[in-house]
Amino acid sequence: MSKLSGWDDTIVALATAQGVSAIGVIRVSGPDAINIINQLFPSKDLSKQASHTIHVGMLKNDHEALDEVVVSLFKNPKSFTGEDVIELGCHGSPFIQEKIMQAITQKGARMAKPGEFTQRAFLNGKLDLTQAEAVADLIASNTEASRKTALTNIRGGFSSVLSELREQLIKFSALIELELDFSQEDVEFADRTLLRENISLLQGQCSKLLQSFILGNVIKQGVKVAIIGKPNAGKSTLLNTLLNENRAIVSDIAGTTRDTIEEIINIKGILFRLIDTAGIREHTTDVIEKMGVEKSYDKMKEADVVLYLFDRKDTPAAELEMLEEKLSGTKMKYLLVANKADLNSAEYMDYKTIQPIINISAKAKNNIEELIHKLFVLGVNQDIEKDAVIVTNARHYQSLERLSKALGEVQEGMNNNIPGDLLALDIKEALQHLGEITGEITSEDQLDFIFSKFCIGK
Amino acid sequence: MFSEYDVIVAGAGHAGCEAAAAAANMGSKVLLITMNMQTIAQMSCNPAMGGIAKGQIVREIDALGGYSGIVSDASTIQFRMLNRSKGPAMWSPRTQNDLMLFSAKWREMLENTPNVDFYQDMVTGLIIKDHKVHGVKTSLGHQIYAKAVVITSGTFLNGVIHIGEKRMGGGRVAEKAATGITEQLIENGFESARLKTGTPPRVDGRSLNYAVMEEQKGDAEIVGFSYMDTPKIKAADQRSCFISYTNPTVHDILKTGFDRSPMFQGRIEGRGPRYCPSIEDKINRFADRDRHQIFVEPQGWNTVEIYVNGFSTSLPEDVQVKALKMIPGFENCKIFRPGYAIEYDYFPPTQLKYNLETKELANLFFAGQINGTTGYEEAACQGLMAGMNAHLKVNGQEPFVLQRSEAYIGVLIDDLISKGTDEPYRMFTSRAEYRTLLRQDNADIRLTERSYNLGFAKEERLKKVHQKIANVEQIKNILNTTVVEPADINPYLEQLDSATISDRQKAGKLILRPSVDLKGLKQHLPKLNESLDFDADSLEQAEIQVKYERYIEKEKELVDKMSQLENLIIPDNFNYDKLSAISTEALQKFKKIKPHTLGQASRISGVNPSDVQILMVYMGR
Repeated sequence: MSKLSGWDDTIVALATAQGVSAIGVIRVSGPDAINIINQLFPSKDLSKQASHTIHVGMLKNDHEALDEVVVSLFKNPKSFTGEDVIELGCHGSPFIQEKIMQAITQKGARMAKPGEFTQRAFLNGKLDLTQAEAVADLIASNTEASRKTALTNIRGGFSSVLSELREQLIKFSALIELELDFSQEDVEFADRTLLRENISLLQGQCSKLLQSFILGNVIKQGVKVAIIGKPNAGKSTLLNTLLNENRAIVSDIAGTTRDTIEEIINIKGILFRLIDTAGIREHTTDVIEKMGVEKSYDKMKEADVVLYLFDRKDTPAAELEMLEEKLSGTKMKYLLVANKADLNSAEYMDYKTIQPIINISAKAKNNIEELIHKLFVLGVNQDIEKDAVIVTNARHYQSLERLSKALGEVQEGMNNNIPGDLLALDIKEALQHLGEITGEITSEDQLDFIFSKFCIGK
Repeated sequence: MFSEYDVIVAGAGHAGCEAAAAAANMGSKVLLITMNMQTIAQMSCNPAMGGIAKGQIVREIDALGGYSGIVSDASTIQFRMLNRSKGPAMWSPRTQNDLMLFSAKWREMLENTPNVDFYQDMVTGLIIKDHKVHGVKTSLGHQIYAKAVVITSGTFLNGVIHIGEKRMGGGRVAEKAATGITEQLIENGFESARLKTGTPPRVDGRSLNYAVMEEQKGDAEIVGFSYMDTPKIKAADQRSCFISYTNPTVHDILKTGFDRSPMFQGRIEGRGPRYCPSIEDKINRFADRDRHQIFVEPQGWNTVEIYVNGFSTSLPEDVQVKALKMIPGFENCKIFRPGYAIEYDYFPPTQLKYNLETKELANLFFAGQINGTTGYEEAACQGLMAGMNAHLKVNGQEPFVLQRSEAYIGVLIDDLISKGTDEPYRMFTSRAEYRTLLRQDNADIRLTERSYNLGFAKEERLKKVHQKIANVEQIKNILNTTVVEPADINPYLEQLDSATISDRQKAGKLILRPSVDLKGLKQHLPKLNESLDFDADSLEQAEIQVKYERYIEKEKELVDKMSQLENLIIPDNFNYDKLSAISTEALQKFKKIKPHTLGQASRISGVNPSDVQILMVYMGR
């Protein structure tokens, strides 16, 4: 099986480094590059624009606004790859970039493999030897970087689910091959019912992984954190402290209405949307409302994590304990954060809470790391553990999508009772797509399975 | 005593015979040297040709103009087309052969080939000058000069035979081993290693009780291997094979010999094939199986000797006999020859170029087991390619190389050269990524013209192929224009449990249904039958092309994609040391294998796509 793809299609990838940055550049190259971006860029007809021009406008997928972008247009052959190339300057959020690339692949482009732009540049005679040397080093370091990125992208059980999927697919394909190359051997061939069950199991695992990408809230929308507390608790100071360190530049995400102000921070690559619940009335008799909860109750319900901030110095134990009772009654995840912990600990009040209290000082930036760590653990880890596996990488997603399609064709073929060697054609495609994530799967892998499990040979 | 030859072939097994025939038919003056003129083209192991993937190779050899197909057809005692129930790419012809007739027919054909001389002697060394081979030295003291030498040593290079605790030098039982060549080649920078293979006992057919065994008959129709009109035996005259099974008692007796087994006691260092294990290996590795299949295969028309397929062993002879007698039908079995294991030298094939010439010494070619393969068919096709390429080399012509998308032969040679092998290499259809294209029914269409253009395949062959291609086009045209009335065809469809049609439909469309075949359509549509008055071969070819078009086209697209890489040739003198950015493993492999194209580079194991990209970038333009 080929380890490299052909080069008559259109490819897309992030041209800048992965991760959060101020801006990012997404590069699209291939015969359909202009046509594809034209479908997402209603402001102008790019096919009618001159090469080497720049255009600003909103990128939209159907009616959903994705981001305001700068489009740089390079028509073949005067481009990096020698093909039609479009470079999109967008905001630096990984979330937005993934969304844009998803839209582009939906319109027919394919995620590029590491170094594939360079490969095309080479094939179109765009590189001289000096450039080639520089680019070669870049591929080597990029490959290493993307290997590392891939590793960090693989969270939770993704890697073990994938290797399980790989094992299963090798087994399935080997059982089909067994009937072909070893039909004359005295071995028991798997019956079709079993093979059909196997393939729907594989299909199930695959669509679960795909679902995790589509529905993976954490990745798609970030973790919503509602910061509540009385006005004097120091919410805005805390917000600013958090933002100073971790602010993420993102644009408005279309489709989500926001009537409260939202700030976004990035913790270890995950976006945390801090929902500011300012505007709480000062004078009220209701103790809950007095604590700044009622108005933000709806917001609270939407939030994944509630961060209750209070002043350790003047919050009575009964008040805090009562609030915790309310919070734990809602089954929401919450953090109790005591601010102004820079003061003498002798002045601390004594609380009997279920959750341990995190002592910080927003102003002196004391213990903020711990708060961030707790926030991450609460907001991310548990969710990911609960859903077991989340696909975060658009390239992986696309490979899985194609794997699923190929598996669908295998299933259809089995339903039509087509001969095993023809089934194997679709299986081969499935193996190739999974191989794009897990490393190549060869006929030697299948033979190894057969020889280890079956007594072959006269 | 000898004048200079164009090509000397050392060894007259399946590889050597094809090599001599190919070079001679192309016009080279050939000398075929064998240690024993009585054992030309021996079937040293089972008396059969073809089988899954191997049958396709024999068809390819025939399509190119080699003799294996014709010889096999002439010596057939039973024919079967394996895998008939599967798609056409899996159909695999296989014959049981009269092994003496096989050998005699080969010798007859070689003797009738102009330009082939014979000489009985052992080649003990090569005449080497300036990294180039100029001929051979023999045990009788001759120095025979030639422009190219093809070595097809089989299991003879430093061959060692094991039967229980007995250990003796030999290339086959009762035949001397060949010495000298390995040592000289190692001195000249070659790398060599050991492989192992084995063979079962041969027994007296008169001592077997066939009544308790299952009979395995030949097919009702004998298709054969050759695309030429070779004479076929009558289906009714075919010899049957018989099947019996081992049992726990057999296994227990075999186990009593384990302490004298050369395999388990570590006296055999060479690696054997995983897919052709000895019986002791089977019961050892698959201890939970209480029986193994035994095929009783006659060795010919006029002999009672039986090949006990499935019982390959190197256990002591007394254990072999005792165990055999516990197999149903073998109670009174008399043994002719014991089974044995043999170890021999091979040269890891990554030391070869695509034309099977060694990288180290110019004009020296290797074919067959010396390259780490197993099987008559694998050997024969390499011999043919080495013979052709030796001729081309001495005539200053471009090498003849088959792509993976063109032939199983291409897959085999590319695998050997790019990946090497550390166990005897056998062909499987799963090794061929384009196997839907590499069918046994179209080897002539794929290959004959190419061979003809090089002066090997004869004009008669080419004419036949051209006629077939023209017929197929006509048949396809008729199928795609003939309109079928529902009333005429629905009874047939009902009979097949296939949905009936309500509108008129093209015959070519009906064939796409899994259960519908051309034979059935012809039977039920007299008009179609009348217009399709063609030979069976052309009809079958057209039917396959129409019925499986979607799959064939899909693979052709894959071939097109890959061909871009296959066409990017890496210069011979490329300096890999400047590739500082690639992985150490890739660098070592590149330097050792020196891939010919980027496609080949991408298939080397341990090489990553990024390594290939970097290589590509450095190749510059």
